[in-house]
Amino acid sequence: MAKAKKPNVNAEELLEYYREMLLIRRFEEKAGQLYGMGLIGGFCHLYIGQEAIVVGLEAGAKEGDQRVTSYRDHGHMLACGMDPKGVMAELTGREGGYSRGKGGSMHMFSREKNFYGGHGIVGAQVPIGAGLAFANWYRGNDNVSFAYFGDGAANQGQVYETFNMASLWKLPCIFVIENNKYAMGTSLQRGSSTPELYTRGEAFGIPGEKVDGMDVLAVKAAGEKAIAHCRAGKGPYILEMNTYRYRGHSMSDPAKYRSREEVQKVKEERDPIDHVRELLVGGKHATEADLKAIDKEIKKVVIEAADFASASPEPALSELYTDILAEAN
Amino acid sequence: MAINILMPALSPTMEEGNLAKWLVKEGDSVESGDILCEIETDKATMEFEAVDEGVIGKILVAEGTEGVKVNAPIAVLLEDGESADATPVSAKTPTEAEPAAQAPVETGASFTPAPVEQDLPAGTTFKSQTVREAIRDAMSEEMRRSEDVFLMGEEVAQYQGAYKVSQGMLDEFGPKRVIDTPITEHGFTGIAVGAAFAGLNPIVEFMTFNFAMQALDQIVNSAAKTRYMSGGQMTCPIVFRGANGAASRVGAQHSHDYASMYAQIPGLKVVMPYSADDYKGLLKSAIRDPNPVVFLENEILYGQSFDVPEIEDYTVPIGKARIRRAGDDVTIVSFGIGVQYALEAADKLAEEGIAAEVIDLRTLRPMDTETVIKSVMKTNRCVTVEEGFPVVSIGGHISATLMQEAFDYLDAPVINCTGKDVPMPYAANLEKLALVTTDEVIAAVKSVTYR
Repeated sequence: MAKAKKPNVNAEELLEYYREMLLIRRFEEKAGQLYGMGLIGGFCHLYIGQEAIVVGLEAGAKEGDQRVTSYRDHGHMLACGMDPKGVMAELTGREGGYSRGKGGSMHMFSREKNFYGGHGIVGAQVPIGAGLAFANWYRGNDNVSFAYFGDGAANQGQVYETFNMASLWKLPCIFVIENNKYAMGTSLQRGSSTPELYTRGEAFGIPGEKVDGMDVLAVKAAGEKAIAHCRAGKGPYILEMNTYRYRGHSMSDPAKYRSREEVQKVKEERDPIDHVRELLVGGKHATEADLKAIDKEIKKVVIEAADFASASPEPALSELYTDILAEAN
Repeated sequence: MAINILMPALSPTMEEGNLAKWLVKEGDSVESGDILCEIETDKATMEFEAVDEGVIGKILVAEGTEGVKVNAPIAVLLEDGESADATPVSAKTPTEAEPAAQAPVETGASFTPAPVEQDLPAGTTFKSQTVREAIRDAMSEEMRRSEDVFLMGEEVAQYQGAYKVSQGMLDEFGPKRVIDTPITEHGFTGIAVGAAFAGLNPIVEFMTFNFAMQALDQIVNSAAKTRYMSGGQMTCPIVFRGANGAASRVGAQHSHDYASMYAQIPGLKVVMPYSADDYKGLLKSAIRDPNPVVFLENEILYGQSFDVPEIEDYTVPIGKARIRRAGDDVTIVSFGIGVQYALEAADKLAEEGIAAEVIDLRTLRPMDTETVIKSVMKTNRCVTVEEGFPVVSIGGHISATLMQEAFDYLDAPVINCTGKDVPMPYAANLEKLALVTTDEVIAAVKSVTYR
């Protein structure tokens, strides 16, 4: 498994990753609360535990790069700089949400941040991500696209159709497999004939790498390598992120498929935020007081987002019939 | 015993072809597998091999002859020692059997039906073009107009199109804009949808819409719904096009008409033209449209010729029906190849004094029901014609619309002429029975006009 061999980061950057990961975690915890209060409905898939992946990869991205993911999407949106208020207000189905209340937790987009969703059909975002890369190839720019999907989606047929074409046409696409060990309630062992998902591109000539997805610096290092490969026109790259989700698949998850001890062990031994906290404090890059100040600042951002999401009005009833078709020019 | 060598059918829908070149001459001995001649169609040139051994007795069709009907004798093959004057046995195939004689129709006051002219600038000239050529011209014109437009699909580039629709386009636009895909509809449709989200204008060719079933998730869940789910932020300017509906004798998995299925989906536009001018004008509009457009073509129509206006940048608006024939007695509503049956029926009905108004919907979503309602308010009767299945059909939707919005104007129940409620059979007689026919349209009109 790829580990960061030498520091690929300075103290300032490390603090920034800490801040971003903490924002995702606190945001998700708040979303869980609001769900319990009945302010968020339907499906809500939390990203807690997987924060290092999006933060580490975004660290290597540049303006113009695109990203697309599945329904477990809040972390990706926050990591690419979307406004927590707009994301939370979409969770509550309000006018102030990114999709003005019409998409919900699973369906948000930002043209400005090149975030292309937010897709509810397992695996469907993979060819779409390759399509974004196709547009880059077609236009001859050096942007890359990140297509995120889980270990469950890694068994979908369209993923392999996409691998074939992405490799054939040398599309600048990074396929990020967020292997959190469980496709809803089905463990990797029970659903995948071969558990080493990073090797799944071998048949198509796509290089793959297994990465400690709980270590933001390892993610960053692997991401930079993959990005460089894509930008150089060498075609797609697969990163299998070894990660873990602390919460259920969605809010309504009886969690009978794994033990409490298993979850607890990962939290204690591999938590991505604790890891950075240790690097910061242990390396004397920050004091406990510095980190407390960040905690406080993040808490404020999240409370403001929740307040905005609760106060924003529901969409006007006239919105039912808008945004179905674009007006022809 | 001498036998006739017949003009072969080289594709399910081929009716005639050109005898480009003979590779044998009278008196030559041939063996099974020897190439006899080259047959040319509008799609391709193919070599025709001998099936039996023998001596070429007479060549009946000279090389260079155009429009040779399938199954017409083109040469006589003799057995060894047979005289060149030997008469071949007649080998009539069952499909050539004469149709049962039609009962003579009792005629009322016959009249000549009046076709409705398109509203075009005075002095517009026309050229005769096949539907296939019209589609190609529409794509090529739009690709010249915008660099963002590209074509992708199976066999669209080097093979020049499975149905030769994209013939010549690879030469003009190169492999970056005319892209051969592997046989992976789900994957390449998703890639095209992603490219459209990123602002390009893909034209996705499905060899037939039957194969688009593999890609339905990307068409419906991704292309159609994303604009709404994004609160209007995202656009998906993409065209899904290809052959739809029955061709000829290709069985249940290659004959499905998907018109009503796609017409159900909010977020899509659905177009199904009949004539080459509409194919051209509507496809150009579809390519420019900022929304996903499902453009349903018909393999049988590909080779049919129509007058296409010689107007620069000829477009036809999506969402507008076309009144193809005016009449006061009954409204026949159809689209796609159904229009052909509707027009044939209108011709025959005219001989009996029944004036049918024929409306070609052209677009199924958004549907121009206003034109239909207006017509029915005048005629008080309506028959719908489509090739698709009867359950939850376009005709069913029109019937419901008329009941809700023109109930007091109806003098008879609306009749839906449709394909039959069965998977398409292969046997020639059963396939014929499964498809909607002109005679059924005539019978339906007589029923609603109480004749």
